[in-house]
Amino acid sequence: MSNFTPLSSLIGGILIGLSASAMLLFDGKITGISGIVAGLLRPVRGETAWKTCFIVGLLTGGLLLRLFLPGAFAFGIVRPWPLLVLAGLLVGFGTRLGNGCTSGHGVCGVSRLSARSIVATATFVATGALTVFITNHLTKG
Amino acid sequence: MRALATSFISGIVFSFGLGISGMTRPIKVIGFLDFLGSWDPSLAFVMIGAISIFFVAFRQSRKMVSPLVAARFAIPTRNDLDSQLLLGSALFGVGWGLGGFCPGPAIVSLAAAAPPAAIFTAAMISGMWLHSWSLRARLSEVRDTATVLGTGADA
Repeated sequence: MSNFTPLSSLIGGILIGLSASAMLLFDGKITGISGIVAGLLRPVRGETAWKTCFIVGLLTGGLLLRLFLPGAFAFGIVRPWPLLVLAGLLVGFGTRLGNGCTSGHGVCGVSRLSARSIVATATFVATGALTVFITNHLTKG
Repeated sequence: MRALATSFISGIVFSFGLGISGMTRPIKVIGFLDFLGSWDPSLAFVMIGAISIFFVAFRQSRKMVSPLVAARFAIPTRNDLDSQLLLGSALFGVGWGLGGFCPGPAIVSLAAAAPPAAIFTAAMISGMWLHSWSLRARLSEVRDTATVLGTGADA
């Protein structure tokens, strides 16, 4: 509980909600980052431009954060690179197989009361928690 | 053009949300998933904030014939629960708990030019490519690529 930051997390969450809401109400799109990234790997006519603009926006925002809120990139925990590679492969493959990640399922899907997204979110939080339990408490004692 | 401007600005706002909320910091993510250890519930507030806003926006969208600057809404329609959804989400959770990054923060963290974020993101994109490749390998047997690839996305 030592790092509890409810206010900044709530404000950040509201910004994420506003961004996803603008994408829906203006563009008619569901903001699912894994789907957007994967969509650029396998371009479909008419779907590439908005996805590119969104990703360029994410990267631009990242640069602005780096200038004005560098603490956003104080990772705190950095796993050894072989673990990061394994983690990245699992996240990339898993989000495609499961059709979504924290944004598409966790925020947009849960808000839509989609059964698929609620089940997906419960599943990835559960296996994430199990993974953290194993890595934190069993291997390091 | 206005639709693309919306995408760009939304991307910036989304990344601010990720950065301010703590989602770009693996210590916060792993702390949130550490229910049985020293649990940091902060990221639950990200979900509360984001979901309460989007819940209202989605209700509003249902009353609209079309979005404000685009031709139509593209909302997922599937409601079946299949093994791919469960297995994929389970694998994603393991990777999330292991590295502390999910796809959005991974992309945003590229801007920090930090090696861990770059390694993770490169592996993540490889994982996506691997899925696309395995799908295509399977579909080439079916010879029905266009219809299957075009449907069923939640996100």
